[in-house]
Amino acid sequence: MGQCQRGRKDSKLTLTSCPYANSLAEGIFYSTLLGMGMFPSFITFSMTDWINSGVDSLVVNYGDFFRQISDFLIVFIINLEKFLRFVPWWLMLCIVALIAFHATRKVIPTLVITGLLFLVGAVGLWDKLMQTLALMLIATFLSVLIGIPMGILSARSDRLRKILIPLLDIMQTMPSFVYLIPVLMLFGLGKVPAIFATVIYAVPPLIRLTDLGIRQVDKEIIEAVNAFGVTRTQRLFGVQLPLALPSIMAGINQTTMMSLSMVVIASMIGARGLGEEVLIGIQTLDVGRGLEAGLAIVILAVVFDRIIQAYGKPRYGESL
Amino acid sequence: MTVAKIVIENVLKVFGHRVSDALVQIENGVSKSDVLAETGCVVGVNDISLRIEAGETFVIMGLSGSGKSTLVRHFNRLIDPTRGQIYVDGEDILKYNDAQLRDFRRKKISMVFQSFGLLPHKTVLENVAFGLKVRGESKALQHEKAHYWVDAVGLKGYESHYPSQLSGGMRQRVGLARALAADTDIILMDEAFSALDPLIRAEMQDQLITLQSTLNKTIVFITHDLDEALRIGNRIAIMKDGQLIQVGTPHDILSNPADEYVDRFVQRRTTTLQEGI
Repeated sequence: MGQCQRGRKDSKLTLTSCPYANSLAEGIFYSTLLGMGMFPSFITFSMTDWINSGVDSLVVNYGDFFRQISDFLIVFIINLEKFLRFVPWWLMLCIVALIAFHATRKVIPTLVITGLLFLVGAVGLWDKLMQTLALMLIATFLSVLIGIPMGILSARSDRLRKILIPLLDIMQTMPSFVYLIPVLMLFGLGKVPAIFATVIYAVPPLIRLTDLGIRQVDKEIIEAVNAFGVTRTQRLFGVQLPLALPSIMAGINQTTMMSLSMVVIASMIGARGLGEEVLIGIQTLDVGRGLEAGLAIVILAVVFDRIIQAYGKPRYGESL
Repeated sequence: MTVAKIVIENVLKVFGHRVSDALVQIENGVSKSDVLAETGCVVGVNDISLRIEAGETFVIMGLSGSGKSTLVRHFNRLIDPTRGQIYVDGEDILKYNDAQLRDFRRKKISMVFQSFGLLPHKTVLENVAFGLKVRGESKALQHEKAHYWVDAVGLKGYESHYPSQLSGGMRQRVGLARALAADTDIILMDEAFSALDPLIRAEMQDQLITLQSTLNKTIVFITHDLDEALRIGNRIAIMKDGQLIQVGTPHDILSNPADEYVDRFVQRRTTTLQEGI
């Protein structure tokens, strides 16, 4: 009641012609009149306590369960990271070059992609690059595993889509630190919470674009294949998904780009890699070190982007 | 008398939300445009009964918006009627469950679309084999039949092209070959040649007539063009505002137009023919 009372007191002090400002309505009236634009405290409430107790009970009651998921995932992450760091750098470059050529079918982009990665190694960030790559690959894999089926379901049901869209908006706009805290409490420090936070942030565009891609398939084509008696599965895998592929690949592309933008934030909760270098650069005011790692992240983004985009381009129907 | 291939009885289709209100109005003889104005419902097909015999080419003719495309989609249940009965080979197809309906579409009835409806990510050969693939025929049979029909519609040499690399006429040949390869008794052709230019269209009509003389399929052909209807139809049904105006042989239509609407079609045709001479 503090605000209200103060308002009334002030009004008595200044507006002597109005000594009977007793009622609540008048209190509000005068406090507004006098430029006391404060939100009256008697109608404020706080969600802080019950959310905190909710998270606490989640941690207490289901902590073990989340730890198990964490332990399960960490095995994958560590093994993938070990493998990527075990592969000799030149072999890795060859593999990337092969994939890039398979995707683009052009020599020059392949050389540029490989050359850029070589540069990252040349400035001594190869090991960090592989750590970040492992994190990214797993985050992207999980996003695809969640995003594409969700997109398919959402394309099938308008009702689900109506529920999903605001949820996805929240996932994309909520500052990531907000959900990093509970994720940290549930999974502990390190790579697993980093991946979870990354997936939360990076999966929405994939869901949206899978949904959009399937919905945009020509109605006439769907009608035509229905007329030939396709089953739902035949229609989905034979027609809808292949025709939605450019859109789905754009979604995967977005997902990888967004997960790369989470690399630095992920490093704050103990994920190693290029993000850690940027963070150290910031903390020690070492601009060069930060920029070098930052550029390495950009290069990784460019490499992913070019390769995925090349795969997303439909090859059929190019004129001969 | 033998059972007709396709029999529809009192089929009525209303699109919209207030279907029951619209039905009441239709019963009271309110016109299509008034029903739309009052209930927001579109009357697609209004109380149509038809018998289509096996082996005939049956043309349904009408201007755009007359409900002919809606009507033909009832024959393979791409659209379900609001009311009425549909029998194919004496079977009530409205009683089919999902699996039976799929089986019916795979084996008994196929369709050619105005805008082709080809799969852009499949080659000509794969498109033609589509119906066979869907019903689970062997690779060898798919290949053999698809090749046969690609040849038959005159597309030899284009087997591995994609639809986007073909002209409109060629694409519709693929659509036709796809329907023929499925080897169904009934083929529905929804304005199949309307998107093609006049010369190609005449060529396709000839091809259809030639093919039909050996195949003896039951063909239901939709068109807005009286010349086309007269040329390929054994019998012609004329529709207007979702209702059937006249059904008869080309001769009947020309010599005894049922009403002024049909007569206008016929008159226009005669004048253009005379101007041509």
